[in-house]
Amino acid sequence: MSIKKLVVEPIISNNPIALQILGICSALAVTVQLKNVFVMCAAVTMVIAFANLGVSLIRNHVPSSIRIIVQMTIIASLVIIAEQFLKAYVYDQWKTMAVYVGLIITNCIVMGRTEAFGMKNGPVESFFDGIGNGLGYSFILIVVGFFRELFGSGKLLGFTIFDLTKDGGWYQANGLMLLPPSAFFIIGLIIWAIRTKDPSQIEE
Amino acid sequence: MSKQNQTVKTLVVAGLLCFVCSVLVSVVVVTLRPQQAENAELDMKKNILMSAGLIEKGDDINQAFKSIETVVVDMQTGKRVENADVEDFNQVEASKNPKKSVKIPASKDVAGLSRRSKLAKVYLKRDETGKINTLILNQWGKGLWSTMYGFIALGPDMNTVKGFGYYSQGETPGLGGEVDNPKWKNLWVGKKIYNEEGEVALEVVKGQGQGQYEIDGLSGATITANGVSDSIEYWFGEHGYAQLLETVKAGEL
Repeated sequence: MSIKKLVVEPIISNNPIALQILGICSALAVTVQLKNVFVMCAAVTMVIAFANLGVSLIRNHVPSSIRIIVQMTIIASLVIIAEQFLKAYVYDQWKTMAVYVGLIITNCIVMGRTEAFGMKNGPVESFFDGIGNGLGYSFILIVVGFFRELFGSGKLLGFTIFDLTKDGGWYQANGLMLLPPSAFFIIGLIIWAIRTKDPSQIEE
Repeated sequence: MSKQNQTVKTLVVAGLLCFVCSVLVSVVVVTLRPQQAENAELDMKKNILMSAGLIEKGDDINQAFKSIETVVVDMQTGKRVENADVEDFNQVEASKNPKKSVKIPASKDVAGLSRRSKLAKVYLKRDETGKINTLILNQWGKGLWSTMYGFIALGPDMNTVKGFGYYSQGETPGLGGEVDNPKWKNLWVGKKIYNEEGEVALEVVKGQGQGQYEIDGLSGATITANGVSDSIEYWFGEHGYAQLLETVKAGEL
């Protein structure tokens, strides 16, 4: 498979969230503000890419009896490293999303890719497969974060777009958008849109 | 490969992997630690200054913090502790340490904190004559989901609120989380803590607050608001900072 295909395909046509319904948990948790979404997406993309690369590099030496725990160790180490970087360089965002960064370890997409792709393919392909899936994840999160921040608090990236009634403006904020379940609705709508455009994704 | 060999290989791979991963993690943690400590310190300074309204967005925090004096005081006597380790003392941690804290008598524990540090770390700013014109105090209490940690700043009369804010809370965004709303925090400025009789009178009420002892309620966040009121009642009661405020008013700090 070409590298371009590896990177582009998971964004729409084989999206890890929309098609495989993986990694929903953090899509609910960190999408209240777009700023956090970007930090989370960068962290997840890096973790998937390097975990896939790492697993791929040693795939021929890993006894199959311990392969899951080997993948887990690599992922966990990368997540700790990612968290340390966030704490050092984007402290404010790290503070608001502290536990969810650690929870990247349990993000199904990461292990799903290392097990399904990294264990079977070469390091270069694996790395770009990781980037692609990270971007696919990011795409959904950014869309969800966009709507949640816009309708939930009338802002985008912290800049006011709609003046809220509580600050003397005209827009009555939608409280549901601030709560995690709203992400379900938005993800549902995205899946509906994608599957309407591409009926081959519809499950029987 | 024989079974024996396979076991050996499994152990070798596992051991090597753990070694490589732990080296990587340790290197990153150690190299980034100074930067992280600096961030944490800067963040705390920012919160202290913001709670007293002493900085605007974009101001240099370290520069602004130079005018602030940090003092460790004894909560019981309200006096300065001369030989205290001002830099490293952490009031929140001390409250959890049985050696450094006292149990709050049940009748006085209105905020449900159970223990109080023996010492307190306070921040103050003096005017040209050396009189304290801003005193910033740690205060915390329970909301609905979380313990809310914050600062409250008092003006020169040690009764008028100069600023208020939390630096850590985990209340529901949009409801209890509105304790972080700048508009709401601004309502605190100019309010009085004690009434004529010297009792703690400041509280968050339901609906609109009237007069100088009432703060507007937060709609949909009764429990959070009650938690805020309770923590004010505790921290400014006789088991809290009352003694310290006497010392400051007498000009002895």
